Amino acid sequence: MPLLDHLWIILALPLAGAAINGLLGKNWPKSAVNSVAIGSVSLAFLAVAETVREFLQLSANQIPWVKTYFTWMTAGPFRVNFALQIDQLTIVMLLTVSFVGMLIHIYSTGYMAHEGGYYRFFSYLNLFMFFMLTLVLAANIVVMFVGWEGVGLCSYLLIGFWFLKQSAANAGKKAFIVTRIGDFGFTIGILLLFWTFHSVDFGTIFQQAANMASDTMAQAGVLTTICLLLFTGAIGKSAQLPLYVWLPDAMEGPTPVSALIHAATMVTAGVYMVARMHPLFSRSPIAMLAVAIVGAITAFYSATIGLVQTDIKKVLAYSTVSQLGYMFLACGVGAYAAGIFHLMTHAFFKGLLFLCAGSVIHAMGGEQDMRKMGGLRKLIPVTFWSMFIATFAISGVPGFAGFFSKDEILEAAQSGPHANTALWLLGLVAAGLTSFYMFRLIFLTFFGKQQFDEHKVHVHESPRNMTIPLMILAFLSIFGGWFAAPHLVGGTDHFDSFLHPVFASYEIQHPAGQEESLAGSAGEEGGIKPSPAMGLLHAVTGPPVIVGLIGILIAWWFYIKRPDLPKKLAASMHGLYELLLNKYWVDELYAATIVRPLLWISTNVLWHRVDEGIIDGTVNGSARVARDAGGKFRELQSGNARSYASWVVIGAVSFAAILLGVWMKVR
Amino acid sequence: MNVVPISYYLVLSAILFGLGVLAFVFKRNIITIFMSIELMLNAVNLAFVAFARAHNQLDGLVFVFFVIVVAAAESAVGLAIIITIVQNRQTLNVEQVDLLKF
Repeated sequence: MPLLDHLWIILALPLAGAAINGLLGKNWPKSAVNSVAIGSVSLAFLAVAETVREFLQLSANQIPWVKTYFTWMTAGPFRVNFALQIDQLTIVMLLTVSFVGMLIHIYSTGYMAHEGGYYRFFSYLNLFMFFMLTLVLAANIVVMFVGWEGVGLCSYLLIGFWFLKQSAANAGKKAFIVTRIGDFGFTIGILLLFWTFHSVDFGTIFQQAANMASDTMAQAGVLTTICLLLFTGAIGKSAQLPLYVWLPDAMEGPTPVSALIHAATMVTAGVYMVARMHPLFSRSPIAMLAVAIVGAITAFYSATIGLVQTDIKKVLAYSTVSQLGYMFLACGVGAYAAGIFHLMTHAFFKGLLFLCAGSVIHAMGGEQDMRKMGGLRKLIPVTFWSMFIATFAISGVPGFAGFFSKDEILEAAQSGPHANTALWLLGLVAAGLTSFYMFRLIFLTFFGKQQFDEHKVHVHESPRNMTIPLMILAFLSIFGGWFAAPHLVGGTDHFDSFLHPVFASYEIQHPAGQEESLAGSAGEEGGIKPSPAMGLLHAVTGPPVIVGLIGILIAWWFYIKRPDLPKKLAASMHGLYELLLNKYWVDELYAATIVRPLLWISTNVLWHRVDEGIIDGTVNGSARVARDAGGKFRELQSGNARSYASWVVIGAVSFAAILLGVWMKVR
Repeated sequence: MNVVPISYYLVLSAILFGLGVLAFVFKRNIITIFMSIELMLNAVNLAFVAFARAHNQLDGLVFVFFVIVVAAAESAVGLAIIITIVQNRQTLNVEQVDLLKF
């Protein structure tokens, strides 16, 4: 099995692309940059596909397939190998990342065609692919951390891609600094992990965790601490409450970047990490509950903000935060497979939504305010239909990808092993809000009257290299969730059963039946299998679907039927509207409580006192002492030979006197 | 044998040296200062010779020859400098030759 032994090839390809474009591409024509960038990710995707094919032929006891390439560092008992591993979870992530990444690379060749710094953009994008694949393939948490930080770096570089724009540069810094707060916890979590298990390899850690006597309070406490610290990292990276503030600002970056990094892949790294560390999380009920609560509240909270945003990308950004909340909710209630499933379908439909938004912005010549669009349906049909499909998918309309994954999450929250009715309700309401704001976006953008001057804005459909990725992703937004379809009619959920070996391993042995309930919810109805038709009916008329449809109807009522209503409603509930429009004043709150005090201390204490006063003062002071002393001493050199002679005499006499003194003493 | 004790020579040498020093410090005429240097050198020579004789060793005498040679070289260079100063400044007063300073 050649490629399984050389997993590093998957990483080397995009890295090589990034290096070639970044170092040499400056003066190359765009076609050359394109072929390097797209070639490298396409080859990486093919390598992934071949790896998957070989992986599927492995026998169960060879999984996870771990390959150690070299020892990266050793310090006493601390030993880190550069090791990569493949299991079913990795496979799902690899396919999603490399395929969506490839499509977005292709899309970018159209979207960025008129931008400066073309080679730089693609170099960063390839570098991002490298780090993301590293994160996914890592077989120990230190290598994972390399990918984790690397994608953060690329995120920073790409948000601030238009670094001459002050707001973009600031947004890049904000993203980097805010995620750093989470990474601080993550780093301490890694240290604590090593301190507890004396290893950083996933396999060793999980095995030891499985062997731990789970009833010891101290060990349970350590596990919970580790999980909460790691989850802090996930909160930062995946933009959950309270560190979500960087993601909406990250929309300053080019739209393909928003699609790839801030919707489809990087922000889901936190979910992947939690799923990867499931043997630890599963053993810490407190951490699980924390994950679920943070996820559910974030899902609800940012959906409410999404209701009133007018910038098309901002709506999608808050929607992303909300959907990530769903994924964490899934992990928190123990339905890791559902979380990863939603991660995958979300990568398809949210990636698509962003690409469509990019296409709309492209068509409108840079306009992002939805209130200034309207009636675009006929003008850009491909974009419209793709976005329409993606909206159906995210709203959970039966048959579309998002329906299956969201349904599984809410089902797990309602009746899974860690069910929690309050969180389920939050998720349910958020589902209604989601379909409302998404259809609001669609109606404002594509329906109704044109709100722009047709003579000024030349609306045009995007070129082929942008629309084809849209169509492929639209296809996946419909059918990408059908792995789970047989589950509805009483069969197996193929996605769930594919991931089952990963999430069943290292499972807690005591409560019998836990494994089964995680494996698939097929047998959940207490042994009585519903007939296929009844199951289907039950699923498509379940609460999530009903709530979603209500959301759509309200959006339709507000923005198609009675377009005057939203304004009236906003006027009648002015306080609430202002609260949502200003995003709960969280940015202002952070500015007042953290940013400004920090700036004040930095300026007045650290800068003016410590740096200027103490550090500069010491250096300048010693220089001044030397200069003043020199100024006094130089006057000895008067130019008068007789004074020199006097000094010589004084010197000689005092020398003689000292000698005499010593001599007298010796005697 | 009735010899003059070494201390006499040394006292004479010290007196001559002291005179040289005083002349060196207090005189303003370059030529006089120059001569006072010669006086100091020869005072030292006297001390060397006296020690050599007292200890019956040649080292002191050898030193004296060296000092004489150095003094000759020094007076050659020194007189040349003095002549140059006189040519340029038309003065022998050492107080007026003080440009080389801070």
